[in-house]
Amino acid sequence: VRRSVVPFVVVAATALVALLVYGLTATGESTTLDDAVVRGERPVAPTRALPKLGGGTGSLADYKGKPVVLNFWASWCEPCEAEAPALRRAQARLKRAGGTVLGVTVQDATPDSQRFAKEHSIDFPSLRDVDGELGKDYGRTGVPETFIIDRDGRVAAISRGQVDDKFFEDNLRRVL
Amino acid sequence: VIRTLTVFLAVALAAASPALAAQPRTSLPDGEDEVMCPSCKTPLNVAESPQAYRQREYIRSLVAQGLTKEQVKQRLVDEYGQDVLALPEDDGIGLAAYLVPVAAVAGLAALLVLLLPRWRRRARQQPVTAAAAGPTVSDAELRRLDEDLRRHDR
Repeated sequence: VRRSVVPFVVVAATALVALLVYGLTATGESTTLDDAVVRGERPVAPTRALPKLGGGTGSLADYKGKPVVLNFWASWCEPCEAEAPALRRAQARLKRAGGTVLGVTVQDATPDSQRFAKEHSIDFPSLRDVDGELGKDYGRTGVPETFIIDRDGRVAAISRGQVDDKFFEDNLRRVL
Repeated sequence: VIRTLTVFLAVALAAASPALAAQPRTSLPDGEDEVMCPSCKTPLNVAESPQAYRQREYIRSLVAQGLTKEQVKQRLVDEYGQDVLALPEDDGIGLAAYLVPVAAVAGLAALLVLLLPRWRRRARQQPVTAAAAGPTVSDAELRRLDEDLRRHDR
């Protein structure tokens, strides 16, 4: 009996180890966009149709031909609060060039997002990434994260964290 | 009189219905351990983060509106996505949470199907052992037992 059980135990143990290895490798963070930008390339910015904060649906694709600053944010995120004035100034600059900041709310209830937008006088549109799929496309690991996208819909710069005026000063001119 | 009573009843019902609708039908502690804080990746009842505080406030507001636990959960899914439910994802590595138990049960069942006939065959072939046949009693012991029984009868 013992001898006949051994193959089963070996197969089961191997399958479990394989599953663990797959789990560890498959759930890692995606750095594809970052690596490409570091190499000086401009990878295509992923787009998805998502519900808009305030109603309707929208997508990054709606702004094709315009420079866009894509900013993942949430009302409960303190760095998002800290970077809001810089984003407002970037929005004013982008607006003059026909572009926009496009916010993407993350794991945030609509009333909270709307209250945050009102409190911080945010006048740019925001999408709601309810299931986090757009975030996955961008390799998002937290909030805030910001992507500068050129008129061809390609990522020119990335910030995985809070942005300030200097970040926009250094990177916006490359897409305006 | 009947018309007055009907009007009175209608007015009373109309006044009572919003109050009835706003009666809490669940509570924060009731469902807190069944939902996740998505950014902390821990159950909400043990989560301590700015998002967890906001989420609790949101649940309290839904409870105050008189929503049931299932309605509250649905609203949370609408706002925070499927990750808010304390369920593994149904794609990628999350699928393992559903498939591994099924595979384990199927494997064990296959193992039993293979091994049970062998065990039965072996059990049938084995001779009855001395222990199975019961303890042996010597003549001297039998005599002593008879004497003891006789003494007991007296």
